[in-house]
Amino acid sequence: MDPKNIWITFPELITWLPLIAGLIAFMIRKEKTVKLWAILASLLTLGISLASLFYTDHAKYVNLNNVSYYWLQSIGSSFALGLDGMARMLTILTSLCFSLIFIATYKSTYKNLNIFYGLMLLTQCGLMGVFTAMDALVFYFFWELAVIPAYFLCSRWGGEKRIQATFKFFIYTFAGSLLMLVGILYVYTLTGPTANSDHSFSLNAFYAAAGAVKGHGWVFWLFFIAFAIKMPVFPFHTWQPDTYEQAPTATTMVLSGIMVKMGVFALIRWVLPVFPDAVIRFDNIVIGLSVVGMIYASLIAIKQDDLKRFVAYSSIAHIGLMCAAIFTRSEIGLQGVMIQMFSHGINIIGMWVVVDIIEKQTGTRKMSELGGIAHKAPILTLFLVVIALANIALPLTNAFVGEFMMFSSLFTFSIAYAGVALISIILAAVYTLNMVQKVFYGEANTVTGNMRDISWNQKLVLAVLLVLIFMYGVYPQPIFDLTKDTVATILTRIN
Amino acid sequence: MNAIIFTAIWGVVLMLGGAFIKSKSTPRYLAIFGIILALILNCIEMNQGMPLLYVDVKDMLDFRNFNLTFINVAFGCTLLFFLLSGRDIEKVGEHVSEYFALLFFILCGITLISTFNSLLILFIGIEIVSIPLYILTGSDKKNLKSNEAALKYFLMGAFSTGIMLLGIAFLYGGSDIGTFNIHLIISGNAPMPAMIASGMVFLLIAMSFKVSAAPFHFWTPDVYDGAPTVFTSFMATIVKVAAFFAFVRLFDNAFGSMHAQWQTLIIVLIVATLLIGNLTAVFQQSVKRMLAYSSIAQAGFMLFSLFALNAIAKEGLVLYAAAYSMASIGIFAILIKMKDFTIDGFNGLAKQQPLLAVTATIFLLSLTGIPLTAGFQSKFYMLMGAVQNGHHIWLVIFAVLCAAISAYYYFRIIQAMFFRENKGDVMLTDDITATFKILLVITALLIIVLGLLPGLLLNWLYF
Repeated sequence: MDPKNIWITFPELITWLPLIAGLIAFMIRKEKTVKLWAILASLLTLGISLASLFYTDHAKYVNLNNVSYYWLQSIGSSFALGLDGMARMLTILTSLCFSLIFIATYKSTYKNLNIFYGLMLLTQCGLMGVFTAMDALVFYFFWELAVIPAYFLCSRWGGEKRIQATFKFFIYTFAGSLLMLVGILYVYTLTGPTANSDHSFSLNAFYAAAGAVKGHGWVFWLFFIAFAIKMPVFPFHTWQPDTYEQAPTATTMVLSGIMVKMGVFALIRWVLPVFPDAVIRFDNIVIGLSVVGMIYASLIAIKQDDLKRFVAYSSIAHIGLMCAAIFTRSEIGLQGVMIQMFSHGINIIGMWVVVDIIEKQTGTRKMSELGGIAHKAPILTLFLVVIALANIALPLTNAFVGEFMMFSSLFTFSIAYAGVALISIILAAVYTLNMVQKVFYGEANTVTGNMRDISWNQKLVLAVLLVLIFMYGVYPQPIFDLTKDTVATILTRIN
Repeated sequence: MNAIIFTAIWGVVLMLGGAFIKSKSTPRYLAIFGIILALILNCIEMNQGMPLLYVDVKDMLDFRNFNLTFINVAFGCTLLFFLLSGRDIEKVGEHVSEYFALLFFILCGITLISTFNSLLILFIGIEIVSIPLYILTGSDKKNLKSNEAALKYFLMGAFSTGIMLLGIAFLYGGSDIGTFNIHLIISGNAPMPAMIASGMVFLLIAMSFKVSAAPFHFWTPDVYDGAPTVFTSFMATIVKVAAFFAFVRLFDNAFGSMHAQWQTLIIVLIVATLLIGNLTAVFQQSVKRMLAYSSIAQAGFMLFSLFALNAIAKEGLVLYAAAYSMASIGIFAILIKMKDFTIDGFNGLAKQQPLLAVTATIFLLSLTGIPLTAGFQSKFYMLMGAVQNGHHIWLVIFAVLCAAISAYYYFRIIQAMFFRENKGDVMLTDDITATFKILLVITALLIIVLGLLPGLLLNWLYF
């Protein structure tokens, strides 16, 4: 492809394709067609984002990976999208997860399927936009737009208490993102002029303003709270278990697999390089909160009886570690976060698939009522055990690589924090194995007596996940190679 | 000039025509025709174009593009209002053409208060806007609530007008040369003399009353609730933003050099307005009353243009006027069609009328300030102006937290429409025509277009 005559770029394709597919999905009445359409669209997006891997050389293919539309020039904002290493990794994760989610939930039926899938695809568009935005205002746009369809998905198709739970989620994130908007505006006033305006919203202008932001460390918190709510970091996590519990499974997968990464991603892209001084100044507070959150969430996870809430709390614990590792500002920590973002997305979707199968077949999510599934569904059990082991970060699984790197960065930062955080690994083993034992082993009872083994589409999804878990557990190098440019940029900015 | 002359004439035409026109719908067509003509005439005048009459206004009026663009916004929203809710005006009472005539007189007043250079014109304009409004509020003659609202509005309005006159008199006496011209009242940067300062405070009170900023908002919920819903729609949107435009023009031109001295007063107003408007709206069960309180809350955001008083904030006000008016007119137009004005009355609307529910959602999202809608852009401009102002970032943070509260009550309607079931009753008065639906869709599209490209409107301000 001649880089000079390009009429469409990768970030455009992967952002607008889900949007168009979603709008079309609204109009498809036939249930089967809309399901196939969604799978097709997501696979196409996945194909494109994988194809973009061949064009990672930034110097050579700069026109293929970046695009900027004329937008609000008078206030210094242009509709700029771009792919760097981290964005590429996360867009691949997003499109991969959406394909897997659509395939895994192929057999579950909802009312008004066309609207359901349309909204799902719109969410995907929002997420892609967040990851590729190269302009603060565009970032904010997509940040909000990703939540709106998710709100409707959860409130319309969720569980019994869905309306309240989702509303809490929405108000929480909306308040957070408005605070971020104030932060964006404040940093904006400190940026340099462009040809048409006094200030600029572009990412590079924000990075360049880091020096001017120095005296305004408190603005850091406006950003951090927004991202902490999204991740979520203790004590901003209270929306999460309720929402995960009430949302329809496909949406929960999106929320936990990808949307949570928005917060982690945004910390790396929009906070570390823009507020290097504030990050150093407040690192103890943030890491302290993260570590407390890890222990706290792990302890609650041990006590959970509901499978969905269990996964939610275990997710909070994992995210806490990522947040702590980001604030150690070390290369190993950031690279660990990169791979862990990918691994966490894969593993948690695997978890949800299993939970969904159990709930569909037995009608309950209570661990105390379940038991002995291993006798009835051996293949499912096999998959679950591997995913559960990945959840504890056992060597050979993908999570081990990431957690190991993050812990070692935490060790170099402070032994005290690392020591406390390490307890969470033990706790993770306790709650995960406890869950496996309660649900899968022991005697089959009346609830689990009728369990059948899993269907082809779920087998396919779990097999893909399994391959990925082992592949990146043994050979994580591709992800390091992909994201090292981002890590290098961030580290030079901050030091 | 075109707009002032034409709206006045057209009002008279409609009023006299009422004696001869027997058909009930003719006045509506005449009004729609008239407002389109007024828009065209006003556009012609832009860029120092062609006024119908060359009148020497002795510098009492100011026809720069900024003001004319605002008039275009007001007329455009009125056109939308006539198209969406015109039929409902016919249902209010017998004297249809008089209602339209009064609306045109209000428009004439709006053009005056958007272009005034002299305090006298401001006063006349405000009165021309207010008096027809008192009548329209009470136009549902047999309804006790409507009568009460009209009387209340009249008494409170007359009181505030008195305060305004007092303020104008103080300013006239306090200025060095004895003038009504807003550019000449304050000369130089010397501290304000006591006369001028008290005159300014009186004007601040009177204008706050007109835009229903707390603590001068007490009339608003009762009047908005009591008035026939069509006229509430007009009052809460076009009239309100026009009063705001006058407010900002007055304080920008007359007292702009003293901004630092009265900024604190505005901060108090903003805090009170946002807090009272948002918190009270949360507890309302009637959507109409909730929209009344939400209009107070929105006024709190519009006050930011006075707080910041820079170019961005003033552009933002025009954008806000358009965004807020379009969304509110849309949501009121749907509300009028409902049988039950409580939030429960919206239960399950998405099942019965999906299109109405979807457009109403877009209007509500715009009022909340979700990106992709004009409401976001306008709030964004306001906040950007305020942040660029440099001080009092806490106020901006306070405002966004209030916006988060506002999401609570706007989303309650969305929840009712989409996620709750109704008992199978018919929810709407019977006449949802295809035209009405198409117009709603057009309004929603306009909101989204403006949300993506606010430049389409703002570029006109400085041609």
